[in-house]
Amino acid sequence: MEVQLHLVDYIIMVIYFVFVLGIGWFLRKYMKDAKQFLEAGRSLPAWVTGLAFISTNLGALEVMGMTGSGAKYGMLTTHFYWIGAIPAMVFLAIFMMRFYYGSKARSVPEFLKLRFDEKTRALNAILFAVMTIMASGISMYALALLMEKVLGWNFNISLWLSAAIVLAYTYLGGLSSAIYNEVLQFFIILIGLLPLVILALMEVGGWSGLKEGLAPIAAQKGFAPDTLTTTWKYTGAANANPMGVKWYGIFAGLGFVLSFGYWCTNFLIVQRAMAAESTTAARKTPLIGAIPKMFIPFLIIVPGIIALVLINNPGSGFSIMENGKPNYDLTIIMLLKHYLPAGVLGVGITALLASFMSGMAGNVSAFNTVWTYDIYQSYIRPTTNDAAADARHYLRVGRMATVFGVLVSIAAAYLAGLFGNIMDFLQTIFSMINAPLFAVIFLGMFWKRTTANGAFAGLLGGFLVALAHHGLTAPEGATTLVKGGWLGLIRTYPVEMAQNFWTAIYACASATLITVSLSLVTRRKKTDEELKGLVYSLTPRISEENIPWLKRTNTLALFVLIIFVILSVLFW
Amino acid sequence: MLDIKIPIGLMFFVFGVILTIYGLITKNDAALYQKSFSHNVNLWMGVLMLVFGAVMLLLVRRKRS
Repeated sequence: MEVQLHLVDYIIMVIYFVFVLGIGWFLRKYMKDAKQFLEAGRSLPAWVTGLAFISTNLGALEVMGMTGSGAKYGMLTTHFYWIGAIPAMVFLAIFMMRFYYGSKARSVPEFLKLRFDEKTRALNAILFAVMTIMASGISMYALALLMEKVLGWNFNISLWLSAAIVLAYTYLGGLSSAIYNEVLQFFIILIGLLPLVILALMEVGGWSGLKEGLAPIAAQKGFAPDTLTTTWKYTGAANANPMGVKWYGIFAGLGFVLSFGYWCTNFLIVQRAMAAESTTAARKTPLIGAIPKMFIPFLIIVPGIIALVLINNPGSGFSIMENGKPNYDLTIIMLLKHYLPAGVLGVGITALLASFMSGMAGNVSAFNTVWTYDIYQSYIRPTTNDAAADARHYLRVGRMATVFGVLVSIAAAYLAGLFGNIMDFLQTIFSMINAPLFAVIFLGMFWKRTTANGAFAGLLGGFLVALAHHGLTAPEGATTLVKGGWLGLIRTYPVEMAQNFWTAIYACASATLITVSLSLVTRRKKTDEELKGLVYSLTPRISEENIPWLKRTNTLALFVLIIFVILSVLFW
Repeated sequence: MLDIKIPIGLMFFVFGVILTIYGLITKNDAALYQKSFSHNVNLWMGVLMLVFGAVMLLLVRRKRS
């Protein structure tokens, strides 16, 4: 299973490290106050924040997981990139971003404080801080494990070294450094994986050859021959496609609840747009990110699908078997090994490291902001009269939070190694906070009647309903309580993904119901004047009339939606 | 502050130089390129990265002048 790296591969990797650290070193002198460090001074152009927006989402777990899903579910995996991302990103840009950016909130929890109240902010800030650090630890563990298995690197050394590099450049240059490096990492991931896709497609005889190669494999699994190369065609019945989900489950669960919950409320993502130089740039950020997002499947999912052909062809010499079972997480690195000779192989492995770093730096830079502003500044040491001294003080706290965040991530990585199941469980639980959060923020932005107590109860209630749903249901054949059913079993889903979709749907629906009904019986404490800029009906409309139509945000949004429709029809 | 196109351009230019040279040195190494069905991927990608890096750096120069 081991991959042999040559001197040239290591040279490329080292040069990459030098550039990543160099960017942090160069930016350190600009970090004079907390605003520069934690908010990048709100000064970046839209194309930079747009690419960072996508890059931070393209972490190591995402690349490994999506290539693996390609090998498991075929083209159906693209639902995560098309219906499961694009409508939400367009919605964020057109309807929500102006409130996030225009409110001058420095984080999503702070937006909750401005719109609702202190307790709603506290609940969200604490859950977010814990979840972010855990996610970063889990991905660090996954990466170090992969490097140990495949490259033979020492687990501890790769864990500490990769954490140290991310720490160094985020400590030096803060959010600016994280974002600039995400742009650099975006291009490495793109260019590093490009030869893999081209060579793999050449070997199987292009797209038509791939279709032919997959037909017998789909038939052998009991599906129609083109199931693995289509997206919507076989979603009329759950048992006609390998994902085991019907079209409305994909549409409502993935396309609405999960994706709006993730893209429109996750501070990790929204923070990139908040660092943009103007409201227009902030609104364009998700749209600029959406364009590469739609094409990333060809870079990471298509190779996974080709791997499925190779796996079923014993003559290919390609295998992801480990201890007699397929380990889909190995798909991407085994493909790199299979196709790339020394030289480009170094760039490919560097691309994997880059994806890890962009994900982790995103987590760390979101964590230090929430910690400094929403926890430390709010509850431990509030601002004083001396603004200049405060700016320096919170800069120091932000830097300390960066170190602390990385250290806790490392601890989380070791915990993930010891209690993998428990970490999986916690990750599932925390993924449940996004769906109710979307319901609450959406109501807060578009219904001025929404009250703080309604929002708080909706957030908490939605989370508890999600927890209860997870406790009462399980995917078929689940052998551990981590997958659900720890309260008893009232329903079994054909696959785990269906269970996740429905958990999110229940959480979002109950949060909406609770918030709406409580808002009707409680009184709003904030005046109309206080809510200006936070609520749609109380904020002046944005007019794009004096901008040439080619440069309007709406035109860009329309362009994104057209590509989205074309891709969906082409791969129907 | 920092034009991110500069480090991106420089890094890919350096990668491009390394891969192009490595591709030329290993031109006749059939065993190395067996994986890529005799295509000299290092040379291709090296040239591509050189061009990409150069374009990035040119964009920076154009903006300055």
